[in-house]
Amino acid sequence: MGKLAIRILSAALLAASFIPTASAAEKFIIVASTTSTKNSGLFDHILPLFEKKTGIQVRVVAVGTGQAIRMAQNGDADVLFVHHRPSEETFVAEGFGVKRFDVMVNDFVVVGPDDDPAHIAGMTDAAKALEKIALARAPFVSRGDDSGTHKKELALWRAAGVDVVQASGSWYRETGSGMGATLNTASAMQGYALADRGTWLSFRNRAGMRVLVEGDRRLFNPYGVILVNPERHPYVKADLGREFIAWLISPEGQAAIGTFRINGEVLFKPNAMAVTH
Amino acid sequence: MTDFGSALGAALSLVVRLDPDLAEIVLLSLQVSVGAVFLATLIGMPLGAAVALFRFPGRTAIVVMLNALMGLPPVVVGLIVYLILSRAGPLGVLGLLFTPAAMIIAQVVLVTPIIAALTRQVVEDLWTEYEEQLRSLGAGPGRALTALLWDGRFTLLTAVLAGFGRASAEVGAVMIVGGNIDHVTRVMTTAIALEVSKGDLALALGLGIILIVLSTGINGAAFVLKEAAQRRHAG
Repeated sequence: MGKLAIRILSAALLAASFIPTASAAEKFIIVASTTSTKNSGLFDHILPLFEKKTGIQVRVVAVGTGQAIRMAQNGDADVLFVHHRPSEETFVAEGFGVKRFDVMVNDFVVVGPDDDPAHIAGMTDAAKALEKIALARAPFVSRGDDSGTHKKELALWRAAGVDVVQASGSWYRETGSGMGATLNTASAMQGYALADRGTWLSFRNRAGMRVLVEGDRRLFNPYGVILVNPERHPYVKADLGREFIAWLISPEGQAAIGTFRINGEVLFKPNAMAVTH
Repeated sequence: MTDFGSALGAALSLVVRLDPDLAEIVLLSLQVSVGAVFLATLIGMPLGAAVALFRFPGRTAIVVMLNALMGLPPVVVGLIVYLILSRAGPLGVLGLLFTPAAMIIAQVVLVTPIIAALTRQVVEDLWTEYEEQLRSLGAGPGRALTALLWDGRFTLLTAVLAGFGRASAEVGAVMIVGGNIDHVTRVMTTAIALEVSKGDLALALGLGIILIVLSTGINGAAFVLKEAAQRRHAG
């Protein structure tokens, strides 16, 4: 009786470990993308439309832009969908990607505590605003993770002439984590942070924080999509990947991106048409 | 601290509604962790028992290694398994990265040392107790090994549960090799990490409560089974 129970249990466990997941699809691609596109809910909005139309399941692995590029370089993704144009162009130039396409833009914002100890609210020069934060030695929480947002932030500090490496650990704090985790930290420390508008709008733990600086041309945040080079990595599902990219930049895909709103606000402005026509 | 209240609310509402996404995530979590613990038991128990019974050069080093590997950092295991399963890695041809199979592999690596090290201790203690008896019965090493594993089965259940606890609680390894892909590789711990990063702390904590309740349930069931079996064994 006891032995039988143990045998049945073992068999059940063995079976359980080899059941394929319910939704295992035949046709799927892996898209290496960023936390900003995933955490904002954009993918949840547009991907069902694409999957319904083509039957291709899109499996998104959302990491920082740096890690996403690394993953694509290793051939672990079919499509790269990130937001740091210089890195994307290098990725293509080095032969890892086929071609970069514009997909959409949003913008970065500087967020901070309501009481704004560095007095930057309403400024439109992002670099000057960061300089004021540095002068006030007010806490600034950085991604510190080589993501697109982190790279943008470092470029702004360079423009402001502030050496943040020196300040690291004092008022300048690098979390080394994603946008959401960084905003959680900033909110707990009553610190400033650079965030993409998409993540900010969909972020739920804003406790006492608001957008203080926006509208600087340098805060422009373009997203690009690239097929990983099948000549370099024979496993890349080039046809399915191309189909996804073609859909993203088609009028239909662009409309899907443009209709994604949170509280009535458009998060990502489609901009592929501007280039293709 | 309204988060605690809303967390309980979130947890209850997910359970009461029998949220299909939640059910899928819970099922995958169990598949991955139970599968990993099952395989780790198959490898770890004979390994631990063998180290306990046999004397060979370098045995002490292996005992120390097994004990130390119980504390393997999940994120390091995740990274190593990622590099091995990556298309650019030695087992890239298998195409296992970002699948539940990859998550099971990573957790087997994490859990096997725990089960092996605890088994080694249990069997070694039994061996000192029964060595003479087993020898006088003329039991060979193979017979002794199975006899001792069988004799220690109730204590060894704790080793398996420790392994299960480790597997179901870790996030570092499954996040890297699974990728937290919705409907494919999302499990309880990576779902919690995702909700934290969205700033939805109440939902994250709600999922955490469900995970703890599940884990308690499994341990409770194991305890009841063990007690019942032990009583029958004694009687």
